[in-house]
Amino acid sequence: MTGEHVLPGLLSCRNNKTKAGRDRHQVKGNHVSEHVIREESVRVPLIYDPRVRSIFFQLLLVALLALGIWWIVDNTIENLRRSNISTGFAFLRGRAGFDISDRLIDYTSDSSYGRALLVGIANTLAVAAAGIVTATILGFLVGIGRLSQNWLIRKLAMIYVEVFRNIPPLLVILFWYQGVLAVLPNVRDSLSLPLGSYLNNRGFYFPKLVWEPGSGLILAGFVAAVILSWYVARRARARQMATGERFPVFLTSAGLIIGLPLLAYLVSGMPVSVDYPQKGTFNLTGGTNIKPEFLSLYLALSFYTASFIAEIVRAGIMGVPKGQTEAYSALGMSSNDGLRLVVIPQAMRIIIPPLTSQYLNLTKNSSLAVAIGYPDLYAIGGTILNQTGQAIEVVVIFMTVYLSISILTSLFMNWFNTKMALKER
Amino acid sequence: MQEHDISWVRTEMALAETAPRSQTGLGAWVRKNLFATPFDSVLTIIALLAVASFLPRILDWLFFSAVWTGTDRTACLTTEQGGQLPAGWSGACWPFVSGRFGQFMFGRYPMDERWRVVLTGILFILLLAPLLIPRAPFKKLNAILFFGVFPFVAFLLLVGGAFGLRYVETPLWGGLMVTLVISYVGIVVSLPLGIILALGRRSHMPIVKLLSVIFIETVRGVPLVTVLFMASFMLPLFVPPGTSFDKLLRALIGVALFASAYMAEVVRGGLQAIPKGQYEGADSLGLGYWPKMGLIIMPQALKLVIPGIVNTFIGMFKDTTLVLIISMFDLLGVVKQNISGDPTWATPQTAKTGYIFAAAIFWVFCFGMSRYSQYMERRLDTGHKR
Repeated sequence: MTGEHVLPGLLSCRNNKTKAGRDRHQVKGNHVSEHVIREESVRVPLIYDPRVRSIFFQLLLVALLALGIWWIVDNTIENLRRSNISTGFAFLRGRAGFDISDRLIDYTSDSSYGRALLVGIANTLAVAAAGIVTATILGFLVGIGRLSQNWLIRKLAMIYVEVFRNIPPLLVILFWYQGVLAVLPNVRDSLSLPLGSYLNNRGFYFPKLVWEPGSGLILAGFVAAVILSWYVARRARARQMATGERFPVFLTSAGLIIGLPLLAYLVSGMPVSVDYPQKGTFNLTGGTNIKPEFLSLYLALSFYTASFIAEIVRAGIMGVPKGQTEAYSALGMSSNDGLRLVVIPQAMRIIIPPLTSQYLNLTKNSSLAVAIGYPDLYAIGGTILNQTGQAIEVVVIFMTVYLSISILTSLFMNWFNTKMALKER
Repeated sequence: MQEHDISWVRTEMALAETAPRSQTGLGAWVRKNLFATPFDSVLTIIALLAVASFLPRILDWLFFSAVWTGTDRTACLTTEQGGQLPAGWSGACWPFVSGRFGQFMFGRYPMDERWRVVLTGILFILLLAPLLIPRAPFKKLNAILFFGVFPFVAFLLLVGGAFGLRYVETPLWGGLMVTLVISYVGIVVSLPLGIILALGRRSHMPIVKLLSVIFIETVRGVPLVTVLFMASFMLPLFVPPGTSFDKLLRALIGVALFASAYMAEVVRGGLQAIPKGQYEGADSLGLGYWPKMGLIIMPQALKLVIPGIVNTFIGMFKDTTLVLIISMFDLLGVVKQNISGDPTWATPQTAKTGYIFAAAIFWVFCFGMSRYSQYMERRLDTGHKR
């Protein structure tokens, strides 16, 4: 912007150091300097002043935008008046009147629209969280598999990535829902799986742990184990810094986290029982049931996102220079230690930013739930819109919720990223 | 010069020894690539077992046990379901795909008028192919025809209503045709819009910058479903009462706006990677803003982000499936409609067959695009990469 009005001849005239160049530009140079002198005496016309132009264009833009918004608002008010829709969020207190089959918080058809939306938000978060965990694990496995020494593993991982990356997620969801889960046998012929769980066209049933009175001790044991492991890790680190001796932190923590709750379980007289699903004629009773809607959405989102995460992981590990691997071997570190202490920390720096956007994508893709009737925020919002006609309010709620989820995830991942980032002086 | 006896120097090269037996041939390859370490061997065996158990079943389902001919659902039903096939049979039901192929491609587009869609498709391929082949001549004319003239011809051919062509309203459109129309419009609109937004985001004018940032971040923060939802429910509220708004057009606006926000971020990445010296160089040549961007910065920046641009295209191509949520029928929408709403072909295998067919079509398009982008990337690589 600032460079726009530097006269071209002026620069070339000053920069000509060689004699030949000066000679060649003699005539032109004279002409230009006269021009410059003239220009200085007459002021630059306002329409060529970059600042004036910039202010003018911005004002024009604002004016056009204001005009457009005014036109839209005017039309909207008129349209709403004609179809007798009142604006505002008061409708959220109205009785919803529809049922939601899959819910994490209490809800009946007598609850309010606001409550229904909360159920939807909880469902969106549940499927997103489950999907993120699975996709991360699967994606890391496949990504490392693509770099394996083993030809077969490498090729299988490549086929997985190329297949799932190039198919629309919605298609995968529908495939699981209508193609696989809907044609499973009905309840009477449920497929029995290990550990007393069943699979049929009403979803996946698995045993539920029942916590009887006195089981609080187990939780206490678990919490104590976590705190102790943290303390051990801290002390071990301090000791390694001071003396160079290392301590098997991982094994100790694993022992603590498994051992203490187990001890508490035995001491308190085994207060946990298992509620196995029982096969009846028409239904399975007991146990926990995961509905096919949740299952297909969760599986599809995890498989789809995992293929992207795998590529990110591969790029991240390949982004660590080969010299680093050679350096840790030269220091005599084992390849396990080297991977854990040298390669992965550096790869994580490359991996985290794109990983964040994959998490956000997964969360946003969970809105595809509407295609199979899983009651997420979007599906419930759509039902509410059909019942009340409050299009603008519902869209505002959508935007607010999704944007807040996006911002919260980004903030968390940015914090994690700064923690992992290269610490420079 | 003094004569030396150089008899101790070999006068002819020793022949190269062949590599040791253990390092050549299939055996060495297998040892190195499949059984290098004990852990590797375990992995290989597990993977081999998995492949051996799944691959025959998949191939069997797709081809060997599949039904290839038939006129309705009875062809794909087992005896206990009321058909002819042995109990416990499971295989693809391909006659469903061949019987509904016309619908999968054209939706409910009138039978007699389908040549128009085919003609548009042929024109599309004839214009696109030379554009993609680097050695084909007349690139500029070709590009003008493809981006400038083709949309109007295609609009005229597909919609009709002039030159004796029958008017075909958009609710009749469907299938792969809608998928391609939405993708084409999305790509043609989103690239220039994305460039403008990216330039706006890097502009020195605070208001321009602010508006671009707000637009880009809002659109990128919400799912496409929400944007489509907005386009289909709120756009009609925005126009003067009584104006009707074509449903396909609403979806097109939604998709194009959504894609342009993503495109803007990709282009911005390219702009940021251009060294400051290039901007200053352009300034010192006395170029104004638009010539500077158009002649110096953009050609370099766009070349850098070709993979990103194609990724956005692939993402958009996949995202066109979401229009089924605002009840429009693209390829996936038509397949789904035929699976769940059509008793003629209601069998337990129909859904799987239909979705695998649709998946294959989407896969071919997306995989082709990604391979082409890799090829272009290699071709345009000037070796200046840092």
